Amino acid sequence: MVNQRVVTPEHLFFEAQREKQFITGSEAVREAIRRANVDLAVSYPITPQSESMHLVGDIYAEGYLKEYFRGESELAVMAEVAGASMGGVRVFTATGGPGTLRAFEMFPAWAGARLPIVCAFLTRGVNSPLSIQPDTIEMAFMLDTGILMFHAESAQDLYDMILKAFVIAERPDVHLPVGVFADGFFVTHTREQVAVAPADLKLPPYDPYAAPVPAMDMESAPVRQMRDPFVMKSNFISYAAHASWQQEILAAQERARKYVHRYLEGLVEVEHPEAAVLVMASGTMVSQSREAVAVARQQGLDIGLVKIKSLRPFPREEIKTLARQARTIIVPEYNRVGWLCREIKAAVEDTTKVVGGPRVFGGMTMPPEVVLDQIRRCCA
Amino acid sequence: MSESLFRISPGFEEVMPVEYRELVTNGPCGREVGVSDLGTFKELIEEHPLCAGCNMGLALRLILASLPKPEDTVIVGSTGCSSLAFTQVAVHNIHSLFGNQNAVASGLKRALRLRFPDKVKDVVVIAGDGATVDIGLDMVMQSWFRRERITTIMLDNEVYANTGGQESGMSPQGTVLNMAPLGKRFPKVALPEIAREAGCAYVATISPAQPKRLERMVRRAILTAREVGPTYVQIFCPCPTNFKFRPNEGLQKIKQRQKEGTFQVREYVSPEAQAFLAELEGADHEK
Repeated sequence: MVNQRVVTPEHLFFEAQREKQFITGSEAVREAIRRANVDLAVSYPITPQSESMHLVGDIYAEGYLKEYFRGESELAVMAEVAGASMGGVRVFTATGGPGTLRAFEMFPAWAGARLPIVCAFLTRGVNSPLSIQPDTIEMAFMLDTGILMFHAESAQDLYDMILKAFVIAERPDVHLPVGVFADGFFVTHTREQVAVAPADLKLPPYDPYAAPVPAMDMESAPVRQMRDPFVMKSNFISYAAHASWQQEILAAQERARKYVHRYLEGLVEVEHPEAAVLVMASGTMVSQSREAVAVARQQGLDIGLVKIKSLRPFPREEIKTLARQARTIIVPEYNRVGWLCREIKAAVEDTTKVVGGPRVFGGMTMPPEVVLDQIRRCCA
Repeated sequence: MSESLFRISPGFEEVMPVEYRELVTNGPCGREVGVSDLGTFKELIEEHPLCAGCNMGLALRLILASLPKPEDTVIVGSTGCSSLAFTQVAVHNIHSLFGNQNAVASGLKRALRLRFPDKVKDVVVIAGDGATVDIGLDMVMQSWFRRERITTIMLDNEVYANTGGQESGMSPQGTVLNMAPLGKRFPKVALPEIAREAGCAYVATISPAQPKRLERMVRRAILTAREVGPTYVQIFCPCPTNFKFRPNEGLQKIKQRQKEGTFQVREYVSPEAQAFLAELEGADHEK
């Protein structure tokens, strides 16, 4: 193994001198995992994710991870990392688009088993018809699986969010899986300046004995599960047990909120919160919107920008408060269904202020001019 | 296993259930007990909830009594009748999804090898025929292709019993079952042969009608998986509820099938496993 020094998360995230590297999003995944003290990673190819897990394989060969292998399908890969996580080690994997859907049954199982797995979702369109192009439709399906969800705007976000995801996921009062989402191709395959901590530093190791559920290792109590198990029994106690377990997962998501605040420095970032019209977006749609907002402001329009970084937990209060003083909220998206628009409508008091779209999907890019047109219409 | 794992904290002896206290004072962990000693020690399974005369229940009792090192064994199960019993088993056991048991076990085994490099941690998959040969077949076979050091045990009751008696890949050809209203149109899947070709170092078929032989096979499979490669044991345990025979007729049914030649006790040992077992069993014999 490569010799690295364990430092506190705070040091790695906020204090260590950073060096700028001109790298792709896939390479940013590699740089995050290099510093994440991951024990085991499992890979499986799917465009546009594949390269990120090749690169994780490369640093395994260099000695930054203890174990790495290629699984046989996304459903199997998600089960393999689940087994390893239940065995008490820190795990990482990545997928996207159809891979996310192939693996879908495992995500509520991860959350239900309280596994602090970190997975990068490098999103793309789903079939049919076949598409390998960018689209965030899979995120709509993921919203209610019980996992925490962060949405990266850039390779820098992807690097930071993956590292921070491990720390948030593994807090004993959270102990839930975290999905770090980034828009395929736009983030994974483009280069930007990414500021990274020194490569000889890494996160503290995962401590399975601090977990709220026992590691399956025959070393941690309890061994005996139950005498008269409620599982699948048709009585009130069994229903109540299942119901309270589900509520506890939602409560753990809520308890994650304070750590998202501390490490991601807020669930949202706001530019010009006092503006009459606000664009609210997540992922790379924030970048497209930022350009449109800059042009609109030059033209004297009263417009602001809200970047939503955390989708689970969702910044309900932040958005409700921002929406109170705004006249109109524009929600541009990279998908057909407008899931972010739905989420925002569920948070605000006056839903008539929320204008869904513009939306592009199936691989189309969003020219800032299209967002600008919407801004002009709404400011008129 | 740390020795304190089963120990009851001082002051709690009285409130712990009697079956737990028995596990502490008279359980199988850290002792040389097996199938012949059943009735003299506290078993790992507590009052299984399966049907009267369930041969799978009997097979489970025998498997658990055969574990070479229960104190360092983790079991991965799957959905089905057996999953109803595993909540009452006193070793760490995992239920994840229907069919993903060998993938979970692959990750688990590798994690335990990383965390306990100087210790043996046996990972044993115990799942039904539907989980093993139908919905989970790709993950079962892929774990063998990868030569994962795990033991896979199929409880073959030849039917999806828990969901109400549907045809499985292990149902005999011609059997009329739910979802096979005109009778099953293809024979039992030859999983032992597939296991051998897919890389298993040790493959056996057995039934609870021969408890001592079952014990020997389960032990050989688990010991071989530690050192040589993946192993597979298929245990024929016909279902009285869905095949509609009396609870006390199970063993007769097995013997009848043996006579017909539709169930055979078999053992395949790869040359490497043979050498390993010869050394191990020779050493045992000398003791």
